[in-house]
Amino acid sequence: METLKVDMTAAKRLEAERIAPVTSAGLPAKVVARDVNVYYGEKHALKSVNVDIPDRGVTAFIGPSGCGKSTFLRCINRMNDTISICRVTGKITIDNQDIYDPSLDVVQLRARVGMVFQKPNPFPKSIFDNVAYGPRIHGLAKSRTDLEEIVTASLEKAGLWNEVKDRLNDSGTGLSGGQQQRLCIARAIAVNPDVILMDEPCSALDPIATAKVETLIDELRGNYCIIIVTHSMQQAARVSQRTAFFHLGTLVEEGPTEKIFSAPSDPRTQDYITGRTG
Amino acid sequence: MVYPFFAALTLLTGIAYAVGQRRAVSVADGRLADLHSLPIYHALFTAIGVFVPMLAIFVIGTPLVSWMAHSAALAQFDPSVQADPLRSGVILRDVASISRGQFAGNASPELAQAAKDYAATLATGGWAVFLLAIAAGVAALAASFGVIKVPFRARKHVERFALIVLGACAVVAILTTVGIVFSVAFETYRFFFDPSLSGKPTIGSFLFGLEWNPQAAMRADQGTISTAYGFVPLLVGSLLITFIAICVAGPLGLFSAIYLAEYATPRVRSIAKPILEILAGIPTVVLGFFAALTVAPLIRGLGEAYGLNVASESALAAGLVMGMMIIPFISSLSDDVINAVPQSMRDGSYALGATKSETIRQVLLPAALPGIVSAFMLAISRAIGETMIVVMAAGLAANLTLNPLDAVTTITVQIKTILVGDQEFDSAKTLAAFALGFVLFFVTLMLNYIALRIVRKYREQYD
Repeated sequence: METLKVDMTAAKRLEAERIAPVTSAGLPAKVVARDVNVYYGEKHALKSVNVDIPDRGVTAFIGPSGCGKSTFLRCINRMNDTISICRVTGKITIDNQDIYDPSLDVVQLRARVGMVFQKPNPFPKSIFDNVAYGPRIHGLAKSRTDLEEIVTASLEKAGLWNEVKDRLNDSGTGLSGGQQQRLCIARAIAVNPDVILMDEPCSALDPIATAKVETLIDELRGNYCIIIVTHSMQQAARVSQRTAFFHLGTLVEEGPTEKIFSAPSDPRTQDYITGRTG
Repeated sequence: MVYPFFAALTLLTGIAYAVGQRRAVSVADGRLADLHSLPIYHALFTAIGVFVPMLAIFVIGTPLVSWMAHSAALAQFDPSVQADPLRSGVILRDVASISRGQFAGNASPELAQAAKDYAATLATGGWAVFLLAIAAGVAALAASFGVIKVPFRARKHVERFALIVLGACAVVAILTTVGIVFSVAFETYRFFFDPSLSGKPTIGSFLFGLEWNPQAAMRADQGTISTAYGFVPLLVGSLLITFIAICVAGPLGLFSAIYLAEYATPRVRSIAKPILEILAGIPTVVLGFFAALTVAPLIRGLGEAYGLNVASESALAAGLVMGMMIIPFISSLSDDVINAVPQSMRDGSYALGATKSETIRQVLLPAALPGIVSAFMLAISRAIGETMIVVMAAGLAANLTLNPLDAVTTITVQIKTILVGDQEFDSAKTLAAFALGFVLFFVTLMLNYIALRIVRKYREQYD
């Protein structure tokens, strides 16, 4: 009886994990990568990456240039598909759904996984049209009023509403760098994604704009699974709850941010955060 | 004296280059880094110093000598002959042919003496110029020996010379343009306002007249052929054919540009793009007879099959082939501007879940629109100015019609028709060509100006 009970719990746990994987920290996992390899032509850019990324909160990818962190990030919304020589093996699931399944529509994947780029890239359209772009192509708004509500809500969430509410018809490219980046975040939020990928979102911004974007990321972490690639370890420490360290195409270690920065278990991580490598 | 002079010029310049370099190296005395300018600048400086005075002496001296020879020849004749440009011209031609040994018939003693003086002056003067130029070159070379020193700023002088040469080239190009515009404008002015010209129209009847018939009756028995210089039928013809051409080339050019820029693999692109550009290299005269001999009969046959009355020279045939001619302009320029849209725009759109065609329609084309519009403008101004295709395929009849199956004529065709063959340059008919040319120039200028303005706006887009 006793053994059976134990077995039952184990089975239940396995069953539960199959439905909702759990990260090492015990949080429900959103994005799960198993044995992910990426090749650019002959170059083996990413080697056997395994990671569970929790459903809510900010996960930071850190590591020296060329370590594969951006490559891995771009695997999660399959942006690497646009590079013809790029080949991805292994398995990445979001909510247990294999995103490299041939039957999966990449358009729908990208609607669920938003992305913010290194350099702000607003379209040369009005601020309104920039934010309305995603809802329009996915048919999220039934009417003009709906659309206006989505745009307003997205701009408010991105902390940009008060700055632009009187000039929604001005060009998005006319905003300052920091405003442009927050506009890009609003544009990503507007399609109501679960996951937001950020590829060094502050590297083209001045310190004040960076602070604003970081505050925004912190505000958003309750509602989204945010993955941020950053060069700045201070930024990773400020905004993230979990941190993953990449080195030469491998994921060296992943864990709570405080632990990675105070007591890393791998000497390579230790060397990087103390500034001896990278 | 021309060939020996240029041989001497080349030789002395070459020597000066070598000498300048050696001299610079020798004054540096092994410490080349001490020289203000590299030895090559000293070499260039010396070469320029020899080349410029030699060329200047030749360019000024040669016409001077020939003028002196002419006066020497004419000195044999009395002043009344010298004052008459027609007779002195005849004498000078004879004198020149005698000195070349090509004179047929017996020369009068006066003429023979004139030819002798002419040849003597020419020979002496030619030698003088030649020797003077060489002397100047050698003097410059000698002077450079004193000038080249370690601190001498040869580089600055060479730079200034480069500036002068480049500036002079720009001035020549600009002056040529201005000269052409003024000459056309002047003849146009004569066409409208010269009181000695008979049968000229007023500006109003030219710009708004609905009938074009520059062929005035030559003789009384030809009946009442009235001359008319109404410009409207030509303009309508030009615009009709251009419109047809753009209807053909616009979609074909733009869509092939989109295909090449966004869908084609690099391999396909590397093959397809040069082929499209070959189309731009086909001479328009070839396209013209293609239009007249292949396309026009085809359209006529097709039209008859549908019971339509098609002229054997139709606006449609000319327009279709002209459209083919301008496809490469539109496709190549549009391809460039679509490619110039930053990759980050595409990434941004794809990352929001847009498909390729959505990205093209909603992001790339709006972003590239100013560039695409200017590509269209340039193609239109090409089409309006095109002559060979319309000469062969569109016809001469100045019909005022919008029916593409009729024969029409264009501004360019009429200019060509008026000026081909023997013409008196004082008739209203001939000067009408200048007026047409001026209007044509004005129209294309406006289009180019608009295109340039749009391009300029486009450049500011992403900064």
